[in-house]
Amino acid sequence: MTAPTDDALWSAIADPSRRLVLDLLVSTGDVSASWLAGRVPFSRQAVSKHLVVLQQVGLISRRKQGREVLYQIETDRLDEATRTMAALAARWDRRLTSIKRLAEAAHAGAQKKRRP
Amino acid sequence: MANLVIEREVLIEAPVLVVWHTITEPDQMSQWFADRVELVVEPGAHGYMGFGDQGGPVVVETVDPPTRFSFRWNHPRGEEPVTGNSMLVEFTLTPEGDERTLLRVTESGHELLAWPEAEKERYTGEHQGGWAEYLERLSDVLAKRQSV
Repeated sequence: MTAPTDDALWSAIADPSRRLVLDLLVSTGDVSASWLAGRVPFSRQAVSKHLVVLQQVGLISRRKQGREVLYQIETDRLDEATRTMAALAARWDRRLTSIKRLAEAAHAGAQKKRRP
Repeated sequence: MANLVIEREVLIEAPVLVVWHTITEPDQMSQWFADRVELVVEPGAHGYMGFGDQGGPVVVETVDPPTRFSFRWNHPRGEEPVTGNSMLVEFTLTPEGDERTLLRVTESGHELLAWPEAEKERYTGEHQGGWAEYLERLSDVLAKRQSV
């Protein structure tokens, strides 16, 4: 399987309903689609669709246990997504810190010229 | 602005105009952003940002001095960047008195931009903190669960 693009991953996570499903899976572990459907304000069919999307981007996986299909979080994929987001955010933090330093230095320089 | 991917802000001890010049003048931009900045800061202008031997095209979207500046990037080479194939970087500058400026940046994009308005609003309301925070929270919950 080829790794899904980050775009697909972000859009999978961005949907509020899917986040709810993801939240439930993270906090409970292996559960069935029916169990999830009993805890969300949308239909069983919608739950199934969301599970498919989450599975396509690798955030969850499914396994059979007897006659039931259980879903669980793929920890590695979630960690990877978390690290990517944190890295992106950190990159902007660094850029903003540089902007702050440059602007404050420019301002201090201009003030010095004005009042020697 | 509802479709957040990343949102960050910083309080700067300088007037809004000084901050505006820092973020929009190419020779300044090359000090905090890309190594090479070829850009005319005008709406619709096409430019280039280079990072070492990598880089890509940039298209300026909004220029509203001294409070709003945005551009699109990360779109496929040879294509016009539009909603759906690019990332939008937006700077918002808010003066806080004469000597201080709040600078906020958001980087958002792709599928999110194509969302229906109502969905976007819901998303903002529920997830004000942004994606990074959301994912961190998920990971924390997961780590706690696994350590039990």
